Amino acid sequence: MNRIMCAAVLGVALAASPVRAGSTFDAVKARGFVQCGVNVGLAGFSSPDKTGAWTGLDVDICRAVAAAMFGDATKVKFMPLSAQQRFPALQSGEVDILSRNTTWTLTRDTANGFHFAPVTFFDGQAFMVAKKAGIKSASELNGATVCAQTGTTTEMNLADYFRTHAMSFQPVIIEALAEMNAAFFSGRCDAVSSDASQLASIRAADAPNPDDYVILPERISKEPFAPAVRHGDDQWFELVKWTVFATIDAEERGIGSKTVDGFLKSADPSIQRFLGVSPGFGAALGVDEKWAYNVIRQVGNYGEIFERNVGAGSRLKLDRGLNAQWTAGGLQYAPPLR
Amino acid sequence: MSAPLMSAPPPRESLRDSGLADPRTRAILLQVLVVAGVVACGWFLVGNTLDNLSRRSIATGFGFLERPASFAIGESLISYSAADSYGRAVLVGLLNTLKVTAIAIVFSTLFGIALGVARLSANWLVAKLAAAYVELVRNVPVLLQLFLWYAVITESLPGPRQALHPFPGAFLCNRGLMLPGLAEHPVWPAVALAFGIAIIGALALRRFGRAGWGGALIAGLPLAVWLGFGAPLAFSLPELRGFNFQGGVSFSPELSSLLLGLVFYTSAYIAEIVRGGILAVSRGQVEAGLALGLSRAQVLRLVVLPQALRVIVPPLASEYHKLAKNSSLAVAIGFPDVVSVLNTVVNQTGQAIEGVALIMAVFLVISCGISLLMNWYNRRVALVER
Repeated sequence: MNRIMCAAVLGVALAASPVRAGSTFDAVKARGFVQCGVNVGLAGFSSPDKTGAWTGLDVDICRAVAAAMFGDATKVKFMPLSAQQRFPALQSGEVDILSRNTTWTLTRDTANGFHFAPVTFFDGQAFMVAKKAGIKSASELNGATVCAQTGTTTEMNLADYFRTHAMSFQPVIIEALAEMNAAFFSGRCDAVSSDASQLASIRAADAPNPDDYVILPERISKEPFAPAVRHGDDQWFELVKWTVFATIDAEERGIGSKTVDGFLKSADPSIQRFLGVSPGFGAALGVDEKWAYNVIRQVGNYGEIFERNVGAGSRLKLDRGLNAQWTAGGLQYAPPLR
Repeated sequence: MSAPLMSAPPPRESLRDSGLADPRTRAILLQVLVVAGVVACGWFLVGNTLDNLSRRSIATGFGFLERPASFAIGESLISYSAADSYGRAVLVGLLNTLKVTAIAIVFSTLFGIALGVARLSANWLVAKLAAAYVELVRNVPVLLQLFLWYAVITESLPGPRQALHPFPGAFLCNRGLMLPGLAEHPVWPAVALAFGIAIIGALALRRFGRAGWGGALIAGLPLAVWLGFGAPLAFSLPELRGFNFQGGVSFSPELSSLLLGLVFYTSAYIAEIVRGGILAVSRGQVEAGLALGLSRAQVLRLVVLPQALRVIVPPLASEYHKLAKNSSLAVAIGFPDVVSVLNTVVNQTGQAIEGVALIMAVFLVISCGISLLMNWYNRRVALVER
């Protein structure tokens, strides 16, 4: 009944709240914390740790925004949202920012009324199968039963892939991730399809024996994950956008959470501007001049965020791949902060 | 200054003059005010919603139903592919919901009546077993029961390559139950149509007092149509090809667990309604029946149940409503019912308000349909007072 509840909430919220265009920034400032929508549980992106504190790449993006806004990365509250709940929650103003492995698409950018900040993770939809099935490529999946989760772009990509390759498949579409995992691991489906990062997360956290499962090499879609905000407040959108760029830029400059204090004394004028030693950027964004310093000092640069959550320092052990800096053959590229 | 006051008529007079002293006028005025208030509230809410949606540039309207759906659906009563429209996808989901509701209503009624009668059985063991079943099943949330059945089916049955083979042509595995079926042929929809026409014809004949011809019509018309097509008869047997079984008739684990969960849950409630209905028939009726030399089974069938139905039918209707609405839990175990399909539609189009409005309309129509049928049946079994 969650989806009905949340849609009802959306209806009520849209019906009852008078429009306050351009007020998200002011509302967040007055409230004293950022309300951030995250995944209910996806290892590496957003999941509560043993003490109940939220961790993950998507979570760190929200903490970075809080650090930029308030100078304190802890001034953020997380609201776990299902795939269906996430858009109504953002549209109705329950959350200020949606940082929840959400793919940036044309429909969401236009008809749904969202702005997407820079991509924080370049992903693609893939298939995972049991090793003992002996399947090496997605092209061998003709006639297979495929488990997938509802409420995502997954279903459309699946149908498109099998149509383009003139193959047939039997979908089993399940609402909750835990139930879908159980169905797949019980053998109900020959394959499970989702974003490659999510499959890696499922395999690491839920498989009876992770080594028994293999992710097929094909990527059947482009899934750029980006934080989203509502239409109607450019100032808030700009802050979220440049917070993400700041983490990417910092990695390119080699500024990390441990070394940032040393850079405060740097003679490089562009670093002085970046860290707010010479003022200007903070005023342009409407926040403290030390915003970028606070982000890097308290949350880290993009490389640090990636490595500790989904990279070598995590259970997922994902390669940087497309998420490497442009200077290292990847796609992460921040426009100049000047 | 005081002159105008003095000359003004007393307030009482003015009330009487305006007609407000009349309680009926006042009542009408109040009702008009309340209705106006409700309409104004609704106007404000709808207007504000549309305003907010357009300001946030969120698309509105039902135009999306004609656009291609681009997602696949696991099982369907009508032909459907990802190239079809959202509207057809919703229709597929709706038919799946109706299929589950209809099958579950039939089986939970039969099983529920048997259970209710068993609970009143003179046999101690039968009565206690029925009572234990009812208490256990009624007190566990139906969603958990669905998860249980789904887990039992998917976890305990072998994969398609090691499928159980209980008798020739049948296979049981974690992809479902596969049975031999009739091969697809244009004759079968025609026979089904003839069957439907024959039933209507038989009912009409009954009106004119020729009930005896009805049975012949129901059996004869479909048979004549089948023979007219040249009596085609070909079977389709399930066989393992590639990943799955192809051919025959199959019941997926999702459909099976949904049906099992709904039937077992609802039948426990129906059992209690049946038991209450039977207990409402006075003991004298049973004794009179037995004294006339009827057997216990005959007494139940001919004396007790017809009278008990008057008590049973109204609460039974609300059990059917509950069942229809519970069928929307299908989304939890992956059966593509109308809620599950509309979930996907809402997610792809982002039009949550329209999607939820459709879900509400669908269940409203199903519930009203059940009410109409059950009210009609209730009037037929109700005591006709002379």
